[in-house]
Amino acid sequence: MSTPAHALTDSWTMTRRELAHWARQPVPVAVGLLFPVMLLLMFGYLVGGGRGVGGAYLDYLMPGMLALTMAFGLEGTMIAVTRDLDKGLIDRFRSMPMANGAVLVGRSVADMIQSTLGVLVLTAVGLALGWRPDGGPAGFLGALGLLLLFRFAMLWIGIHLALVAGKPEMVQAVQILVWPVGFLSNAIAAPESMPGWLATLVEWNPLSRTATAVRDLYAGAGTDHVLAAVVWPLALLAVFFPLAVRRFARLSR
Amino acid sequence: MTEAAITVEEVRKRYGGTNGRNALDRLDLTVARGTVHAVLGPNGAGKTTLIRILSTLLRPDSGRVEVAGHDVVREAYRVRRSIGLLGQHAAVDEELGGHQNLEMFGRLHHLGARPARQRADALLERFGLAGTGRKPVRQYSGGMRRRLDLAASLITEPDVLFLDEPTTGLDPRGRAEVWAAVRSLVGGGTTVLLTTQYLEEADQLADRIAVVDDGRVVADGTADRLKALTGGDRIDVVLRDAGALGAAVALLPVPKDDVSVDGDRRLLSAPVTDRMAALAGVVRALEEAGIEAEDIVLRRPTLDEVFLHLTGGPERAKETV
Repeated sequence: MSTPAHALTDSWTMTRRELAHWARQPVPVAVGLLFPVMLLLMFGYLVGGGRGVGGAYLDYLMPGMLALTMAFGLEGTMIAVTRDLDKGLIDRFRSMPMANGAVLVGRSVADMIQSTLGVLVLTAVGLALGWRPDGGPAGFLGALGLLLLFRFAMLWIGIHLALVAGKPEMVQAVQILVWPVGFLSNAIAAPESMPGWLATLVEWNPLSRTATAVRDLYAGAGTDHVLAAVVWPLALLAVFFPLAVRRFARLSR
Repeated sequence: MTEAAITVEEVRKRYGGTNGRNALDRLDLTVARGTVHAVLGPNGAGKTTLIRILSTLLRPDSGRVEVAGHDVVREAYRVRRSIGLLGQHAAVDEELGGHQNLEMFGRLHHLGARPARQRADALLERFGLAGTGRKPVRQYSGGMRRRLDLAASLITEPDVLFLDEPTTGLDPRGRAEVWAAVRSLVGGGTTVLLTTQYLEEADQLADRIAVVDDGRVVADGTADRLKALTGGDRIDVVLRDAGALGAAVALLPVPKDDVSVDGDRRLLSAPVTDRMAALAGVVRALEEAGIEAEDIVLRRPTLDEVFLHLTGGPERAKETV
């Protein structure tokens, strides 16, 4: 078997590969980082403030957009994994004496780095637009932690779906589904303004749980909702992490 | 007898559960160390499945498979240290440069950073890619990409190299490039197992050829032996008048049953042993009988004909070829 030291160096090699992609192709990376900014501007100014949300809409929208960005990260993960599968790269890696999991670990680390950057960029734009969260550094860090935990759950759902789908063509189908699921949340509008059945659906969306908890943390309004925002992603991980790992191992079936 | 680099015994592989299709059906194959062995067969014969099992990507349902002295299931890690794999599609990172690709694969073979870079330099040089190492691979031509792919499978000078249809989809120039690269490996002690749909490719590159059909080896031997089995060269005669086909069959220097007749194309085809004598004989006999020919050609048997011969009857050949 390969040694634990190899597992570390192989994972790092696979992460470096992704970082090299960014250096090679900075434009798609920049577009990926700026897309949520565009959504923020669109919902903040174009669609406007109302939405049944009290106080400054930006205070409501910013945490929602951050959570939404984490959810949409699923697409990026899925595209990257299906592309490697389709090109036969994953087969080449699997035929090499490297640590088996390094392919997935490298993917995870690179995606998490990109999502952290995404949070920072969107936050900077929010601050430039006049967003002034009251929660202080502790609230900021706590929110970052919850957002990345949610992203981590999305990452493993993305890996699992990619391994199930296998072909890049299937990504489109998932993309079409990710959008309504993303917007069926309290990310941009409060459920109080929705019909009862829709509000219930929206409140059960894990994305809403994260958005609500993050809103509180940014506003310094307590940690009542944090537990739900920790439990939901962990529950998703408990399902999709083993499924994805099993699916990866079953490529040899 | 020479030591075997690859041993495949009674291997079965079925896809899609118990109602699925048999990809490999008790396949046996032995490849001697330091030789080039071609696995020849049509699409769906099981060639890729065999390569995937040999390279530890797929587990056999039953049977025994050893590569470089290690069991592919129980000692997969050791097998992986001894092999190189060139899959059907160029499995390189399109966004990275050639050098970056090879360095990455070198690191994944745990060469260390510096040796990985040096190895990448050396391989780019060897495969005539030195000037293009920085360009992203998606800008490479098909032949260049294939050579980089081949370089990537040779990072550690493997004991056994698998090539799965290495020239499918390449233009003649790309094909010649890959053939030259494969030939340069032979003699270095590397054992090569390659799959192909082209009889010519097997003929050009391999010491021995295993013909695979429906997941089984139906013939295994040197190219000369296989050609003898399939009747060697063939003569094709196209007549001006389809009505003369029957009379012309009797003029060919082979038993009547060995002549295939295609009425639509006014074509007769038959195996011949002595090329020139057969040609001269047929020309003379047609002239004497007053039958006009439009075209007379001597050629090698096609894969279809090899299959016809080895798998028996045009009915089966139609299904598989």
